[in-house]
Amino acid sequence: MEETAGIYFFSYSGALGLILLGVFAMVTSRHIIRIILGLMLLEAGVNLFLIIIGYRANAIAPIIVEGQNAAMVDPIPQALVLTAIVIGVAVQALALALVIKTYKAYGTLDTKELAQRIAEESGTHVIDGIPTEEKQV
Amino acid sequence: MTLLSGLIFTIGLGLLLIVVIKSLIFEQVLTGGIGSIILEQAPNDVGTANIVSSVLLAYRGLDTLGELTVLFVAATAVGLVLGQPRPDAPRDPDAGFILRSAADLLFPFMIILGAYIILHGHLTPGGGFQGGAILAAAFFIPILASPSSPLNHKVSSLVEGLAGSAFILIGLLALFDKGYFLAPLLGTGEVGELFSAGSLPLLYLAVGLKVGAELAGLLARLHETEV
Repeated sequence: MEETAGIYFFSYSGALGLILLGVFAMVTSRHIIRIILGLMLLEAGVNLFLIIIGYRANAIAPIIVEGQNAAMVDPIPQALVLTAIVIGVAVQALALALVIKTYKAYGTLDTKELAQRIAEESGTHVIDGIPTEEKQV
Repeated sequence: MTLLSGLIFTIGLGLLLIVVIKSLIFEQVLTGGIGSIILEQAPNDVGTANIVSSVLLAYRGLDTLGELTVLFVAATAVGLVLGQPRPDAPRDPDAGFILRSAADLLFPFMIILGAYIILHGHLTPGGGFQGGAILAAAFFIPILASPSSPLNHKVSSLVEGLAGSAFILIGLLALFDKGYFLAPLLGTGEVGELFSAGSLPLLYLAVGLKVGAELAGLLARLHETEV
């Protein structure tokens, strides 16, 4: 039992670390590509977390092999994660397509510069890179 | 300033998540023991050796159809956002002899590997999504090696559409035959045989072709756009 607790501790802290690293990258980065990379880290962390939920001590992968009677891990989280990975790829592809379009239109991928450029074009006021509804005087 | 507030936010989120994880009773709490029931019944109900496949295509087949729809919508949206390149748009020059020959040599082996993984999805780790990704790579590597011969988007859309319709058609056949959409057809057969698990390998074949065509088209579109 002591051994199992160790496995749980390390795997949960790995998933937690990936999630927090992803969130930190998304919150602090100004470059859009880095924000997308943060999103990918976050996804990896969440997928790892789901896989660990299905873990059982001394169990094998949920595939029936003749003459094998060991316990198997929970198949449901694994099926869920398979779905999540595919959806993640689709989301990343769409995000990158939008990034290509943004770069073509503005020539920069810095969120602060982008906000300023968009605000100038639409004539809104800019405070610390965040456009507000207030009109320029 | 952004760094500090970001750090504080991340630490706060971390503490929250630690509390959530702590309050989980380890083992089998989130899926409520359904996993054990499926592990017991899947070989008799569906007849797959790989139980993840039976969850994916038999018990939650409708969710997989939804997942395919999400992938389809994303691929369509990428096509919509990027548009078609102009016919006279400059293309990258072809790669050198070594890369082109290696791409040609690799192509049949990757097709075989992809097909193997798709067709053995109900027996071994793998299946339609994984095999489809390998098929997509098989079609994308030659494009990277020689950009002057691009992917035929008409063919890839045709394959994608036919595979998607086949998936729904098998589901509808099950609806008329057994009364449940996407219910397993054709009996279970012997667990562990190549021809077993009824209509599941057919469904996985449809999934694999659809995912392969979709991903290849998506990658080709991203590659074709001029920046």
